[in-house]
Amino acid sequence: MKRRWVLVAALVCLFARPGLRAAGAEEEVFAVPPPPLSEDYYPCAENCHNDQETDPTPRVLEEEHTDIKLHHAEQFRWCLDCHDADNRDKLHLQSGEKIDFSESYRLCGQCHGAKYRDWKKGIHGKRTGYWNGKKQYLLCANCHNPHNPRFQPLKPEPPPKVPGSGTLKSHAKGKHLKEQTHDGGEEK
Amino acid sequence: MSKHNVSTVDPKKASRRKFLKGMAAGAAAAALPVKALAQGSSGFMTYGSWEEYFQKNFQEMTPEEVKATLKRLEEKYTKQYGKKVTVKATPPMENVLFGYALDLSRCIGCRRCVYACVKENNQSRRDPQIHYIHVLRFENGEMEFEKSERYYNPEKVPEEGHYYMPVQCQHCRKAPCVKACPVRATWTEDDGIVVVDYNWCIGCRYCMAACPYEGRAFNWLDPKLPPEELNPDTHYLGNRPRMRGVVEKCTFCIQRTREGRYPACVEACPVGARKFGNLLDPESEIRYILENHRVFRLKEDLLTEPKFYYFFG
Repeated sequence: MKRRWVLVAALVCLFARPGLRAAGAEEEVFAVPPPPLSEDYYPCAENCHNDQETDPTPRVLEEEHTDIKLHHAEQFRWCLDCHDADNRDKLHLQSGEKIDFSESYRLCGQCHGAKYRDWKKGIHGKRTGYWNGKKQYLLCANCHNPHNPRFQPLKPEPPPKVPGSGTLKSHAKGKHLKEQTHDGGEEK
Repeated sequence: MSKHNVSTVDPKKASRRKFLKGMAAGAAAAALPVKALAQGSSGFMTYGSWEEYFQKNFQEMTPEEVKATLKRLEEKYTKQYGKKVTVKATPPMENVLFGYALDLSRCIGCRRCVYACVKENNQSRRDPQIHYIHVLRFENGEMEFEKSERYYNPEKVPEEGHYYMPVQCQHCRKAPCVKACPVRATWTEDDGIVVVDYNWCIGCRYCMAACPYEGRAFNWLDPKLPPEELNPDTHYLGNRPRMRGVVEKCTFCIQRTREGRYPACVEACPVGARKFGNLLDPESEIRYILENHRVFRLKEDLLTEPKFYYFFG
């Protein structure tokens, strides 16, 4: 009899902590740098949205936030699909759960599952720190603008010197080498 | 590290050394060719001291000899560059075999890695300009190295219709460079890093001819490294200042990685295309890539068995 009670107690313990179990599987928290929020807007609720009525009609904003050009499956999506209508300082998942901007990877991961899986393992995205220890993660939004997520082109660092352009004079004198133009795109 | 246990401190040796020193001074005064050799930084005077001239292969040094060598080099570099330089000889960690993976679908060809590497590893900045990483630009669908371009210089990268492939030392399991070296100045360490003992290298460049990846570079002239740009945290087998006439190469930033840090190129990459870790650790990033992504290695048909993998993430 006593043994049965112990069993019941153990089972109760196991099922009474769904939050903890979920934390292991789904809500794993990653230490990330602060999300790149614009100081002009954030905190959004306090600055503006508390005083405004929410218009839930999908539309292109013409008065505010005109600097944001949505280029992220914009035909299917608008602001309130990710930003929470009731609390603008939060995002919401498909499930309705509200999350902080610092957990935005969970929102991105709803569609980009494969990338999210790789990101969690340290494969997608930049990591710094220790290969055998603590690693610094980045949020998706630290590299990808959520409203226009394609990684923005960069100016490349200078190309290497063409052999013979230094003071190795015997090479530099070779006329055939001087005639070469290695300035990239123009050759094509 | 050290294979032989030879006792080092021999009082007779010191006096013999002094004797030799005297001999050399006499010879230099008497014979013109030797005097010419002794001038400036050319000839055997680049060695700086008898201890350096008679220095053993790093693999054959006793722990005491290693210690003395590091101390002597630290003093030399500190004097030469006018700032405190440390030279370590951190040994390989137990149960570690380093591997590298590079995501070709991420790389944008920005060359940030190239210059982070130069900065970290104290390469000669110009004349000769030494880069361990060559970023090759290919047209989409092309994989012929002969058709790649390394001098591309557009306003912005990535360019439409192209992809980029950075190539550096592949740290082969069957490294042809190691086989080619006639004096065993280059070898594979227990953690898989292919290293060079610059003091043992004779500059024959056989290893460069043997390497199918252009993984090695040669100091044709005295390296130009401005003291203010010197990274003073150095390793004997890694980024300590080099001299003219020796070969050098990527060491997976041995001075960083043997302390658990990522190589400089990994941390410089703005797109996170570069991944590094322990191939023997099933939980490592590199193992995850090998087990979950399709990877390939360069010129596999040469059977060099690189520990550098490319993948499309």
